[in-house]
Amino acid sequence: MQFIGPLVLFSILMLCGLIFGSIAEKRHYQSIRQRERALVGILTYPQRLPPPQLPAPTTALVVGSVVISADYFKRFIAVLRMLVGGRLDTYETLLDRARREAILRMKEQAEQLGAQSVFNMKLQTAAIAGRSARAGTACLEVVAYGTALIPPHGLSQPPTT
Amino acid sequence: MLISNLEVVPGRRVKEHLGLVQGSTVRAKHVGRDIAASFKNVFGGELQGYTELLNDSREEAMARMQAQAQAIGANAILNVRFSTSSVAQGASELFVYGTAVELA
Repeated sequence: MQFIGPLVLFSILMLCGLIFGSIAEKRHYQSIRQRERALVGILTYPQRLPPPQLPAPTTALVVGSVVISADYFKRFIAVLRMLVGGRLDTYETLLDRARREAILRMKEQAEQLGAQSVFNMKLQTAAIAGRSARAGTACLEVVAYGTALIPPHGLSQPPTT
Repeated sequence: MLISNLEVVPGRRVKEHLGLVQGSTVRAKHVGRDIAASFKNVFGGELQGYTELLNDSREEAMARMQAQAQAIGANAILNVRFSTSSVAQGASELFVYGTAVELA
């Protein structure tokens, strides 16, 4: 009978994670898709240097970052998966969301500066352990950064590569 | 002060190379934020407190790097890179480095 307490707590946590986690994920994907469509005009390149035929623009460093965490359900599923190996698809969507969100935030910053393209975009991921983190940390930071090229005023044709 | 992660600035020439400059900061959030974050670990989603904390520390690290570059007479920092690591539980280090140059 002494197992009932922890078992109830566990199933409550699992249920909370499953319900709220999947609602949050669905909403997040919706907003990501919407904003990606709105910001499609800002071109991002991982290339190191802009093409030399561009008119000399002003440059600015733009950064977007996000800290995201997996829910209880996802973490449990991942722990189960680690027993047999293979794809941890619950974490895959988490990383995908975090990366796209970070890139979007960077693009939003570039848009505010009036830039049309971002060059040398780099993505960086770091696992962050909170004070309460136990064995498995599923709390990660993604930073996206790059150099926004702001075209001189009056010369606003899109870059041709 | 021009900060960029490109290796050259389009339309400008590097006059002098002044070496590596860096800035770093280690920060933690107060316990209340950590507890709030641990609740978020059940439900999942963005940890806004931590995002804010890391953004603040990034700005501070960049300000320190800029001060260092100014002290050696640079007017631009090129090829800037960021790096994050967690030094202890609940604390993270933000490290920014780049090449200080003098642009013509």
